[in-house]
Amino acid sequence: MNIHVDPTVCIGAGHCALRAPAVFDQSQHDGTVIVLDTQPDTEHQADVQAAVELCPSGAIWVSFAP
Amino acid sequence: MASSRMPTAEKSALSPMRDDAVLQLPLPPQLLQRGRCPFDPPEALDRMRAQSAVSPVMLRNGRTAWVVTGFDQARAVLSDPRFSADRLRHGSLLSDVSDELRKQLLDERLRAGSFISMDPPEHSRYRKLVTGAFTVRRMRQLTPRIAEIVTEHIDAMLATGTSADLVSAFALPVPSLVICELLGVPYTARREFQHRSAMILRLDTPIEDFLRLRQQLRQFMQHLVAHKRSEPGDDLLSELVHSDAEPALTDDELVSIANLLLIAGHETTANMLALGIFALLEHPDQLHTLRADPSLINGAVEELLRYLSIVHIGLTRVALEPVTISGHEIPAGATVLISVPETNRDPQHWSNPGCLDLTRPRRPHLAFGHGVHQCLGQQLARVEMTVGFTQLLQRLPGLRLAIPSQDVPLRSDMLIFGVHALPVRWDDLRLPR
Repeated sequence: MNIHVDPTVCIGAGHCALRAPAVFDQSQHDGTVIVLDTQPDTEHQADVQAAVELCPSGAIWVSFAP
Repeated sequence: MASSRMPTAEKSALSPMRDDAVLQLPLPPQLLQRGRCPFDPPEALDRMRAQSAVSPVMLRNGRTAWVVTGFDQARAVLSDPRFSADRLRHGSLLSDVSDELRKQLLDERLRAGSFISMDPPEHSRYRKLVTGAFTVRRMRQLTPRIAEIVTEHIDAMLATGTSADLVSAFALPVPSLVICELLGVPYTARREFQHRSAMILRLDTPIEDFLRLRQQLRQFMQHLVAHKRSEPGDDLLSELVHSDAEPALTDDELVSIANLLLIAGHETTANMLALGIFALLEHPDQLHTLRADPSLINGAVEELLRYLSIVHIGLTRVALEPVTISGHEIPAGATVLISVPETNRDPQHWSNPGCLDLTRPRRPHLAFGHGVHQCLGQQLARVEMTVGFTQLLQRLPGLRLAIPSQDVPLRSDMLIFGVHALPVRWDDLRLPR
């Protein structure tokens, strides 16, 4: 699982940092998304998927290495 | 963008020029009338959704607006840049209002910084200036202080006896004090803004009164901005006044931003706290479930947000160009009303949506909106509710209504739904056994 984010569209709602704190944080400056772990373990997969679904701005997406 | 011209929307004989006009969409009364259950949206909206996720309705002024009741369609509208949040500039809301009032409502200086009604990229600049103060991390740091405020208010309730109005004793003062401390507004000055912001959020406040109230709120905040400039404190308003934003924020912008946060910060959570307790008391099985397992609180908060959907009229957007949603062609300039309560009960998205189920798996809901305008203070609201509900249930044993439930005064007349008062009782712990 590879995490991709676009901080320029992020509005800092914080769902990702709340749902998957091992994978996402927020910039202290403007609250936008920071990825702590671009290739999280499978144990975080469900939370990452929930974060993608909850994100109001479409700032997060996930790809899977072949 | 030219003012709207909808299919049926040439200036209507039903809408003479009136200066007692209000700033709300003139919806048909059936779309505002709740049935017997105070928590259920109007049945007319349910029937509309059963037919179509997007429905044109004729407003009381003869114009047409599109009401979105489907969850997926609502998310699509709210994340689509072809829909504007600037309903005063682009919509037909002011078409029947006198030139003088329209001029005052659209005054650029007074609107500067009010990013809730801006579109990107203008919106993004302001939002990013304040988002850093509302992150999950910042809210975790605030949690002990919020818990202290909650504890103090429950202590005061317990000290006065075994009954209280939960709204005036707890639900309103707790979030009000929290946002005041966060912003740096003296809570002792609350008479300057609590009543005025409540008046602004009435559905029937005439535009003339709205303008006067807005001016009074601005004057109050202007003094505070000047004060923070010379004597900064450890608070968000001081941070904004002394920020290195480029270009620098003007006083007009600072006043708008601060008032927006102040009003949004206490009217919303206040109503979730009081209406949430009312809903729990009316669903004893759910109340019992939560009391038996307090670890359910996070999911319970999300379910109460969904089930109660206190932004009960909905969210308004204006189409900047013709857009087709679910086969409905929405013309440029048309107003779209996203019914938050209906979308949060869309059976395509939720199983048994009319049922309050605190153990429901967490899924996205629209209680805080969606897209770039999704609630800035949502993580603060979550902490306030989590701590507030938990302590209320723990510390007020036997909590119950002190009046028949049908006598609880509902806020059907306000932009944010809730209860005007919630008289409650609890068991006296001081009684000798």
